[in-house]
Amino acid sequence: MTAERTSALLDLRGVSMRFGGLSVLDTLDLAVAPGEILGIIGPNGAGKTTLFNVIAGVLPPSEGRLIFDGRDVTGQKVWHRCRMGIGRTYQIPKPFGKMSVFENVMAAAIHGGGVSIHTARGRAEEVLERTGLLHRATLEAERLSLLDLKRLELAKALGQRPRLLLLDEIAGGLTQAECDVLLQIVRQTHVEGTTIVWIEHVIHALRSIAGRMVVLYGGKLIADDTPDAVLADERVRSVYLGEVT
Amino acid sequence: MTFSKTRRLAMTGLRLGLLAVVVVLAFGPGFLEVGTMRLCAQVFLLMVLAMMWNLLAGYADIVTVGQHAFVGIGAYALYGLTAKAGLSLPVAILGAGAVALVLAVPITAIVFRMRAAYLAIGTWVVAEVCTLLASKIPGYGGATGITLPGQVIRALGGNVRDRFANLYWISLGLVVVAYLATALLLRSRVGVGLMAMRDNEEAAGAIGVNLVASRIICFLWAALFLGLAGGVLALLNLRIQPAASFSLIDYTVYVIFAAVIGGVGSIEGAIIGVLVYVGLRNAFSDYSNLYLMFLGALSILIMLVEPRGIWGLIRRVLPENIILVSHPYRGRAGREQGES
Repeated sequence: MTAERTSALLDLRGVSMRFGGLSVLDTLDLAVAPGEILGIIGPNGAGKTTLFNVIAGVLPPSEGRLIFDGRDVTGQKVWHRCRMGIGRTYQIPKPFGKMSVFENVMAAAIHGGGVSIHTARGRAEEVLERTGLLHRATLEAERLSLLDLKRLELAKALGQRPRLLLLDEIAGGLTQAECDVLLQIVRQTHVEGTTIVWIEHVIHALRSIAGRMVVLYGGKLIADDTPDAVLADERVRSVYLGEVT
Repeated sequence: MTFSKTRRLAMTGLRLGLLAVVVVLAFGPGFLEVGTMRLCAQVFLLMVLAMMWNLLAGYADIVTVGQHAFVGIGAYALYGLTAKAGLSLPVAILGAGAVALVLAVPITAIVFRMRAAYLAIGTWVVAEVCTLLASKIPGYGGATGITLPGQVIRALGGNVRDRFANLYWISLGLVVVAYLATALLLRSRVGVGLMAMRDNEEAAGAIGVNLVASRIICFLWAALFLGLAGGVLALLNLRIQPAASFSLIDYTVYVIFAAVIGGVGSIEGAIIGVLVYVGLRNAFSDYSNLYLMFLGALSILIMLVEPRGIWGLIRRVLPENIILVSHPYRGRAGREQGES
């Protein structure tokens, strides 16, 4: 366990998040190895998005420490963590509405990716093509449909070329074909060396791609294994799948 | 979505038109009366103030109601650098901007401990303190202020016409430089981050935009140009006085009106806002302060109809801004040729 911990790309040690008396994350320990695809599932209100906000640096944890790439980033600002290589998507898209789709991705490449404007232009074009948004490049982002806004969330994160990519429910509402395209994009990003942590309710998508799956319930991890083993777990079925079906 | 040829042509026309206006304005002193030159100089300087407020409020989300602090600092610095230190006018004007910039550093440290409404009040308090301090500097005329010495006025020009012609050119030069430089800032890496901040602050942080550094850059940037404008305003008024040089009403309140009417978050908005404000002020000058009621009603109306101001309304038909600060996607050269 110790060896695995020191080599982890992301390591959460005893992380708690409380809002007043409400405990959303409860002394959570979670290590993500480099090159991993980790799936996170859990019922609504389990603390999944809060977990991402703590990892990305939007929320300072009430307790515990976060280690990214061997460095303690607990006190680091969002943008510093981003530049260190943590990219994320928002479950509810947060586009830069008055900027074009192209500029949205370009801005992410410039600031998160740390490249020049010239390089960022090329990268934005490449990422938009990959995510199927190139035909929308000149459109103001606020004019996009919800589905395209979700694609843009992914495109912005990919524009940064993050080492760790946090995906927050990006497969919801997709048709089977669209979902397959999305999985293809995520797989390609993974092959190119990005470690991925993916929160998703579309279990079959996650199951097909994640090497490991954890279940968050009441701010604690109640399962941590291969997707098949996790989904077969009695306890998981009762708290999670039982609720859905 | 590609713009039609006529729209592209219209944009080119507007840009050439704007350029033509600036060129014609450069020859203004050849055909304008002294009173008109004075008014134009005031308009140019107001445009600088409106652009700086717009940069802070419209991009960096720093709603300041204390920008008259830097205008006043610029005015007092100009007096000190000319009357006391005996520097030449060009050096003193640049020095006024430099003094405002240097004093902005400690002010940043105080003001940026606060956010949103607290920051707004904080900037106001800082400006009030600056006004008070200005009236306490020995040799600067106290609360009644002091007139610029004769040699400074003579350095501006031998007669009234020459003086106002020079002030006109200095103000025009300042507004052109301020707008060009700010447009370049907005086109830079910093500017791309500012636009992201303008549209969604949390998401901007999440893509790596350093929100704190961006804000500080904008604040210092504004202080520099406000100080320069303040120095020129002292020359235009030929005197400094705490209440007048640090005028909350003239250099902050009216400027906010102008920026909001014209359109926050665009360069064109600051220009249009000042023109509308001065136009209304002059049109209603016979009705004493009635124009203020019109101005208030107009700004409320515009905010209800289009939060991005008059320029926001115009942009509903124009495909892009006249002063281009965005990074439009032009497509792959080869692909576009292949398609057309």
